Amino acid sequence: MDSALIPEGAKRCEFPKFMLGIAVVGAVLLWGVYAMFLCWFKGLNQTNMNDYYGFALWIWADLAVIAIGGGAFFTGLLKYIFKIDELKNIINFAVIIGFICYSSALLILAIDIGQPLRGWFIFWHANVHSMLTEVAYCLSCYFAVLTIEFIPNILENRQLNKVSFFHHLAHNMHGVMAIFAATGAFLSFFHQGSLGGVAGVMFGRPFAVRESLLIWPWTFFLFTWSAAAFGPCFTLLVTKITEAITGKKLVGDKTVHLLAKISGWMITTYMVAKIIDTIYWATVTAPSLGFTLDHFYSNNAFYGYWILFAELIVCGLVPGLMLVVKSTRENPKMRLIAIILGVIGVCLNRWVMVLQVFAVPVMSFDNWALYIPSWQEVATTVLPVAYGIILIAVSYRYLPVFPQELELNKPAEAAAE
Amino acid sequence: MIHNTKAHKFGMLIDLDKCTGCGSCMVSCMAENNVPFKEDESRKKDSITWMRVYKLTNGKSFPDTEVVYMPRPCQHCSGIGDHGHSPCVSVCPATATDYGYDTGIVSQIYTRCFGCRYCMGACPYHARYFNWWDPKWPEGMENYLSPNVSPRMRGVVEKCSFCYHRYQLAKDKAYAEEREIEEMEYQTACTTACPAGAITFGDLNNPAHKVTQIVKPDPHPVPGNPKVVGKSRNPKVFRLLERLGTNTKVYYMSEREWVRKAGDNYLDGEWDKVKNHHGAETSHG
Repeated sequence: MDSALIPEGAKRCEFPKFMLGIAVVGAVLLWGVYAMFLCWFKGLNQTNMNDYYGFALWIWADLAVIAIGGGAFFTGLLKYIFKIDELKNIINFAVIIGFICYSSALLILAIDIGQPLRGWFIFWHANVHSMLTEVAYCLSCYFAVLTIEFIPNILENRQLNKVSFFHHLAHNMHGVMAIFAATGAFLSFFHQGSLGGVAGVMFGRPFAVRESLLIWPWTFFLFTWSAAAFGPCFTLLVTKITEAITGKKLVGDKTVHLLAKISGWMITTYMVAKIIDTIYWATVTAPSLGFTLDHFYSNNAFYGYWILFAELIVCGLVPGLMLVVKSTRENPKMRLIAIILGVIGVCLNRWVMVLQVFAVPVMSFDNWALYIPSWQEVATTVLPVAYGIILIAVSYRYLPVFPQELELNKPAEAAAE
Repeated sequence: MIHNTKAHKFGMLIDLDKCTGCGSCMVSCMAENNVPFKEDESRKKDSITWMRVYKLTNGKSFPDTEVVYMPRPCQHCSGIGDHGHSPCVSVCPATATDYGYDTGIVSQIYTRCFGCRYCMGACPYHARYFNWWDPKWPEGMENYLSPNVSPRMRGVVEKCSFCYHRYQLAKDKAYAEEREIEEMEYQTACTTACPAGAITFGDLNNPAHKVTQIVKPDPHPVPGNPKVVGKSRNPKVFRLLERLGTNTKVYYMSEREWVRKAGDNYLDGEWDKVKNHHGAETSHG
């Protein structure tokens, strides 16, 4: 039915089967959209947030998708600036994942603010001292860059590419993509960093505050570093999931191993920095403000030392080292375990740096604040996931996302025939 | 002809030994500032109370139990080094909250706030409140709203303003009469409502004001902790979380050691080193 749109030579499932899948995910999407409209029209009283716990589940999701979407800028940097040509086999997909993550982040922010119609005030009345201002500018600009990076892939659709203008536009955009990759890396450095800075500058919150390196708190650099380190893990994970669903090999082992190796070294070096940061914070920063480490991890029902151990060791050092060591990196199962742990690790880090910050009492006579998200918060958090699945499904079906697809699946398809 | 050119630094002193916890300050604050209430007030963590009274105890069992009530308005922080970058002001992306260098008051521009709530996250005192609902008053009560204070809409953050509208009225009057504002012309609603006289309000830059005479703020940074400026020289006076460097302009006073100790977080043994010199201690913020 839609065979004219499918890339030449590529095998795709029957259209009704495809639409059935889209409908199932679409139902989840509609559930999220309904919750989103409830928040917009009835207000944030639809959530379980309160004046103690002012950031919802979705703000964690917002930071998490930005972190794991870091694979786009980092892979683009490696491919276009450092000229690691092998990554051409995964860059399209990395860009699509980044596009989904950043558009999701912007959507989540639009739901999160109490007065959505005033969202533009962040640009109009910009406070240059606020890390959030920097986040907003860089996030918006980087989303524009990702859109530009995504466009040539869209124009390479079999039918669109027949239009001479689109064909040449896509070709020429590929030619100048290094400029956008460099711009994207520059912007990402700042907005990933400023997201880290958001927590680091809160000197009234000893759990979050970090001392400065240059003019920024060093959480600025840790966030950028972690996004570059763990982002490729997510790219690899989504690639693996897509391969499992489609039943095809989409990216060659050489590319996967290379990206996994780079990610492994980035994670390991990041974890060294993160552990040094944690030790300094626990032994110098916090005590100087009257707190012991124990204060942040006890006397509550949820935030125990387990979360620190899980973030730093189980989902940090362990996956980093697993990806550094060749034998585990090139073992498909071990690699999968490592990239799953890595993705969980960076998401855990964002959770801690956003939600635990709120939960920890600061005044000596105050108590821990914990909350359970409302269904509206859960639905609006799931919403971008459903949107992402649909966009990936449509892109995979109609765009030449994976340049190695035909080559990698030729023997299997020939055997099937 | 130009008056009121001196930079004020309005501040408050709350005598915790006088406070009875009656809640008059909370009620007067709500009435004065058109603070709305919810249809169901049973869930307190999303209620709006610009002035909130905490109940503190010394943790000892009867008959040694002692209780103190601690009223907590916005602390009007002047930030690290007294430079005006209070925790909430420096993080607000839309400049919806600002520090008044001429008054020392941290303002909130409701029509500019778009409800990101970052300021709430940055404030360790929980002095900022989000309007989770549209404001509603019982029928007829709208007639009692103050015309000097704008009601706030859903989706924005609000907080104690030190009754800034009262300052504006007093300033206008003084300007028309070609003179400076006098101490008692500008007093917050909670100060005037407190039956025990526990709250003293005035200009910390004016040595003639009672609040300055009691607090005796040190204009110099504390040696060993240059973040802290304005520390009280009165050993009975303290500020909440002083060592963080928020440099609040709400001071508390108590004769009782455990109450003063509750004002900040101390590691084991730290308090013993500073308690006898608290207020004059140099090494501890």
